[in-house]
Amino acid sequence: MPPMMNRIPEKPKDFKKAVKETLSYASKTPLPIIIVLMLSVGSTFLMIIGPNQLGKITNEITMGLGTSIDMDAVLKIAFFIGGLYIFSALCSLVQGLLMANMTQNIAKTLRSKINAKIARLPLKYFATHAYGDVLSRATNDVDLVSQSLANSLTSIVSAFAQFAGCLVMMIITNWVLAGTTVFSTLIGLLFMILVVKHSQRYFKMRQVSLGQLNGYIEEMYNGHDVIRISNAEQSVKERFVKLNDAVRTANFKSQFLSGLMPPVMNFVGNLGYVAVWVVGALLLYNGHISFGVITSFIIYVRLFEGPLRQISQNITNLQSAAAASERVFAFLDEEELEDESAKTDSLPGLGAVEFDHVKFAYPDKPEKEVIHDFSASVKAGQKIAIVGPTGAGKTTIVNLLMRFHEVTGGQIRIDGVPITEVSREEIHRQFGMVLQDTWMFEGTLRENLVYNMEGVTDEDLVKVCKACGLYHFAETLPQKFDTVLTANSDISVGQKQLLTIARAMIQNNPMLILDEATSSIDTRTEMLVQRAMDNLMANRTSFVIAHRLSTIRNADLILVMQKGDIVEQGTHDSLMALGGAYADLYNSQFETA
Amino acid sequence: MFRIINQLSRHDKLLALICLALIGGQVWLDIELPDFMADVVEKLASTEENLTGDILISGMWMLLCAAGSVALSITVGYLSAKIAANFSYTVRASLFNKISDFGTTEMKHFSPASLITRTTNDITQIQMVISMGLQVMIKAPVTAVWAVVRILGKSTSLSIVVAVAVAILAITITTVMRLVIPKFKLIQRQVDDVNRVIDESLTGLKVVRAFNADEYQQDKFERVNVNLTATNLYTMRTMAFMGPIIGLVMSSIQLVIYYVGAVIINAFNIGGTAPNGNPIETAKDMVAARSEFFGDLVVFGSYAMMVVMSFMMLTMIFMILPRAQVSAKRIRGVLDEPISVTGGNNYVASTTTPEGAVEPAEDIVGTLEFKNVSFHFPGSEENFMKNLNFRVTKGQTLAIIGSTGSGKSTLLNLAARLYDATDGEVLLNGQNVKDYPFEVLYKKIGLIPQKATLFADTIRGNVTFGDRKAVISEEDIMQALDIAQATEFVMKKDGGLDFMVSQGGSNISGGQKQRLAIARAIAKKPEILLFDDSFSALDFKTDRLLRKEISEKLVDTTCIIVASRIGTIKNADCILVLADGEIVGQGKHRDLLQSCSVYREIAQSQLTEAELEA
Repeated sequence: MPPMMNRIPEKPKDFKKAVKETLSYASKTPLPIIIVLMLSVGSTFLMIIGPNQLGKITNEITMGLGTSIDMDAVLKIAFFIGGLYIFSALCSLVQGLLMANMTQNIAKTLRSKINAKIARLPLKYFATHAYGDVLSRATNDVDLVSQSLANSLTSIVSAFAQFAGCLVMMIITNWVLAGTTVFSTLIGLLFMILVVKHSQRYFKMRQVSLGQLNGYIEEMYNGHDVIRISNAEQSVKERFVKLNDAVRTANFKSQFLSGLMPPVMNFVGNLGYVAVWVVGALLLYNGHISFGVITSFIIYVRLFEGPLRQISQNITNLQSAAAASERVFAFLDEEELEDESAKTDSLPGLGAVEFDHVKFAYPDKPEKEVIHDFSASVKAGQKIAIVGPTGAGKTTIVNLLMRFHEVTGGQIRIDGVPITEVSREEIHRQFGMVLQDTWMFEGTLRENLVYNMEGVTDEDLVKVCKACGLYHFAETLPQKFDTVLTANSDISVGQKQLLTIARAMIQNNPMLILDEATSSIDTRTEMLVQRAMDNLMANRTSFVIAHRLSTIRNADLILVMQKGDIVEQGTHDSLMALGGAYADLYNSQFETA
Repeated sequence: MFRIINQLSRHDKLLALICLALIGGQVWLDIELPDFMADVVEKLASTEENLTGDILISGMWMLLCAAGSVALSITVGYLSAKIAANFSYTVRASLFNKISDFGTTEMKHFSPASLITRTTNDITQIQMVISMGLQVMIKAPVTAVWAVVRILGKSTSLSIVVAVAVAILAITITTVMRLVIPKFKLIQRQVDDVNRVIDESLTGLKVVRAFNADEYQQDKFERVNVNLTATNLYTMRTMAFMGPIIGLVMSSIQLVIYYVGAVIINAFNIGGTAPNGNPIETAKDMVAARSEFFGDLVVFGSYAMMVVMSFMMLTMIFMILPRAQVSAKRIRGVLDEPISVTGGNNYVASTTTPEGAVEPAEDIVGTLEFKNVSFHFPGSEENFMKNLNFRVTKGQTLAIIGSTGSGKSTLLNLAARLYDATDGEVLLNGQNVKDYPFEVLYKKIGLIPQKATLFADTIRGNVTFGDRKAVISEEDIMQALDIAQATEFVMKKDGGLDFMVSQGGSNISGGQKQRLAIARAIAKKPEILLFDDSFSALDFKTDRLLRKEISEKLVDTTCIIVASRIGTIKNADCILVLADGEIVGQGKHRDLLQSCSVYREIAQSQLTEAELEA
C-alpha cells in the first residue's frame, strides 16, 4: 500500500543488536524463534512446489488432446498439490499464531519494564526529558517494535525463501525461461530503485512541510483568543496560506511518486509474463519444452517478483522498528537509583532536621551551583517557612531533603542520622507531602484518598475528611466515597487541594512538607484549606513554601532565600524589625501602587 | 463524505472524470493482454504451421498492452495525486478560515485539541481515500465485472469455480472482520488506560515517591497491561487465520481450474458440441475444439486471478472507508457550526481623523459601561452573570475581586467580546461593543488573559503580534517592555529582541511569559487594558513595580484589573466584589471593609488586623 512509503525510515545505530535484544524478550531460548522461522520457510517452500506440479497437469491435458486425458493421473497430481497447499497453509497458520504470542509477549514485557523503570530513575532524568517522550516510548515505540520488528523479520525471511525457492524451482524446470524471468525482473527492479531513490527527498519535504503546518495550526488554535484580541486574523491567515501551499506541493509530488509504485510493479509483472510467454512459446514450438513449463512459469513469474517488493518494504519497516527499539532500550538502560538494601531502615521518627552547609548543583550543570551554603537547624515540632523569589532554590531544598536529588556538598541529618545513610523509603516514610499541582488519578474518591495505605477504615476516612473540610463534598457525590473521579469530573481546584491534604493526613507521617500548596487557589478557598493545613501541621515538624506571606506569618522559623542562600532567618516579628529582604518582600504587598 | 468531496473545484471534478475514462481504458488493456495468448495456444496445440511470427506478434501486442496500461495508470496516478493534494488544500483552508471565525464558545465546544486533529489527521485520512479511491475503488469493481463477463462467456462451470473462490474469501474476510473490528474499539480504550496509568506515574512522580507507592502504581499498570495484551492477542490470533486461508484459495483456484478444465476437455468427443456451438463430427474437429478450449483455459487462469485480486482490493477499501467517513463527519461538523460572535458594522464615528480613521469624541474615550448585563453559557438555562451595572471612565482603575468561579474572568470576556452578553448592553465609549468591527474594537481594548500565550517567533514578533497595518515602532516596543518589567530579562537573552521564543514559550519562565503578554497588550496602546489575574505569576516585587509603572506612564489608559491579592487592588479607584456572578459590593477599599462582608472575609484571610486598620 502506498502509505507504507510515506514514512522516511529512521536508521538504527546498531541494527543487529537492536533485533537481537528485542527477540530476547520474546522467549528465553532461541528455539521458538527458530521454529517460527522454519514454519514460515517450510510453508513457502511447499507453496513453491505447486506451480511445477501444475505444469504436469497441463502436460497431461495437452497429451490427451488428441485421444483422451488420463484423468487418474490428473487427479493424483491434483491431490498431491492440494495436500501441499493445505499443509503449507497449516504451517503458515501455526506460524501466525506463535507469532502473535511472541509479539504480544514482547510488547507486554517492554511496557511493564518501562513503567517499572520510571520508578527507579532518579528525578534528574525527568528534568532533562519531557514526559511526552517517555510516554511515546511506552506506547508508540513499543507498538512499532512488537508489531513491525517480529513481523517484518519473518516476512523478510519467508520472502527470501520464496525468492530463492522460486529461483531453484525455475532453474530445475527450465533454465532458459528462468534466465528470462530473472532478466525481466531485474529490469523492473532497476526501475523501482530509480523511483524510490528519487522519491525519498519528496517524502522528507512532505514530512517537513506537514510538520510545520501542523505545528502552526496547533499554535494558532491554542492561541485563538489572543489572535482575535490582537487583530491578527489577517496576518495569521496569510501565513497559513503559505504553509498550506507548501504542503500541497509536497503532497502532490510525494503522492504521485508513491502512486507510481503499484503500476510500475504491475508493469514489471506483465513484462515477465510477456517475456516468459514469448520465449516459452518459441521453445515449445521448437519442441524444447512441454506446454506445462509455460503454465508453471506464468505462475513463477508472479511468485518471483513478489518477494522483492516485500523485502524492500519490510526492510524499511524493520529499520524504523529497530530505531524504535533502540529508543526503548536506551530508556531501559538509563542509570538507575542506587541499590539501598544495605542502608538503615529505621529512624526514630522524632522530626528534628539539620541542614549542615548544604551545597547543590544539578548533575548536568556541575559548574552552576544552585544552593551555595545552606545551614539551618530545625527542632522537632517546629513550623518552618521558606520564602524568597522564584528561582531562589526553595523547592530544591525540599527535593534534597526528600533525596529526590542528592546534595553535592555538606550534609542533611534527620534525627541526627545523615540522610545518605538512610534508605529513600524510610525518609519518605517520615514525610507527608502536599504539592502545588494537585495530583489525582482516575479512580474512586476512596482510592484517591487512601492511595497505597493499608488498613484505613471508613471511620478514619470520615474523620480526616471532616478535618479537611472535604466531608460535605464527599457526601454530595452520588456514590459518596465510591464515586469514580475522572479528568472530566466537576471538582474545583480547591477541592482537589483539600483532597491532597487529606491524602497526606491519612498517611500520618511525623513530618510534613507543603510546597506551594495553596498558590493555585483563591483566598477564600484558601481559608478553608488553611484550616485543614493547620490541623495537619499540629505537632508535626512542617516545612512550608509559600508565595502568600499571610500563610507563613505564624511560622516558628522563617528562612528567607535568595539565589541559593539563606539571607535572613528568624520569626516574622524579628525579621520585620530587621527591615531587610523579608520586610521588603512583605511590604511590597501593601505599598501604594 | 460526498458533501465533503463536493468541495473540489470544477476543474478538479473534470480531472476526476478524465481519470475515470483513463481507468476504463487501463482495465480494457489489462483484460486484453492475456487474450492474445489464447489464439496462439490454440494453434500451438493443434497445428504444425510456422508459428514464430504469430508468437512474436502476440508478444508485441501484449507488450503494447502492458506499456499502454502502465502509461495510463501513471497518468491516473498523476491526476489523482493532483486532485487529492488540491482537495486537502481546499478543505484545510476552509476549515482553518472557519475556525478563525469561531468565537470562544465554539472553541470550547470543540476543544482546540479536537480541532487540531480535524484540521490535520482527519483531512489526511480522506485524502488517502481519494487518492487510493480513484486508483483502487474504481478500478477494482470495473476489473472484476469486466473479467467476470469474459469468464462467463467462456464456461459456466469454470465461472462457478471462480464464484465459489470469491465467496470463500468474502466469508473468511467478513467473519474475521466481524470478530475483530468490535475489539479494535476496546483496544483503543485499553491503550488509553495504559497511557493514563503511565501518565499518572509521570505527572505524579514526586507524589508516588514521597508516598512510597511504586508498587501500588506497578500493580495498577500490570492490570491494564494484561487486559490490553489479552485483547491484542485475541485479535492477532483471529487475524492469523486470514492470511493462510487467502493464500490457500489463491493457489488452489489455479489447480481447480485446470482440473475442471481437464474434465471439460475430456467431454468434447465426436458426436458432441464444440465450445463455439458447432457439432464435433471428426477427430480433427475434436482436437480443434479441445485446443480452443485449452487456449481459453490458460487465459482463464489469469482472469480468475484478476477477479480474486479485485475483490481483495475492495475489501481493503471497505476497511478504510468507515474511518474516512467518520473523519468526513467530523470535518462537516466544524464547517456547519454556526458562529456565535461576529464583528459588527454599525459603528458610528463621532469625529474623523485626517487619515480617515474614525475616532470617538474626546470626552468619552476610554469609557466602559455595563448596563443590566446578564450572561449564561450556551446550553445552560441559568444565568451565570446576573444584572451587572458599572461604569469606568478614562484613566480610572477598576479592580475586580471574588473567589474562584465568581465570574471575574467572564466579566472581562464580556467586555472583550469573547462572549456576548445574553441580556443588557456592554457599552464602549457609549456604543454597544457588538456594533464595532473587530479591528476597531481590539484597537481600543487590550486583554491580557490569565494564561499567557506566546508564539514561536522572536520576542519582537510576539510583542508586535497582530495587525500588520498598525506599525509598532521600536520605541513603542521598548516602552511596552519597560512598563511590563521585561526589558531587563529580554536584554539578557541571546539576541535580545530577536531571541526566538519556542512553541508555547517553553524556553522562558512563566513570569517572563506573563510579562511579555502584558507588553504585547500595552504596545498597541489601547484605550482600555483588561488584566485577567495577569499578575499572579509574578513575585510581589515585580507585581508592585509593574503596577506603579502603569499608573505613572499610562495615565490616560483605563485599567480593569482582576486580582486575587488584596494588596494588588487596595488603591484602585473602584473595586467590584463578585460572588456567584453578581456584584455584591462596589466602592473603595475602606468603604468595602465596612459595607461588604465578602470583601471583609477576603481581606481578613490575607491581612492581619493591624494591616486592616492601617
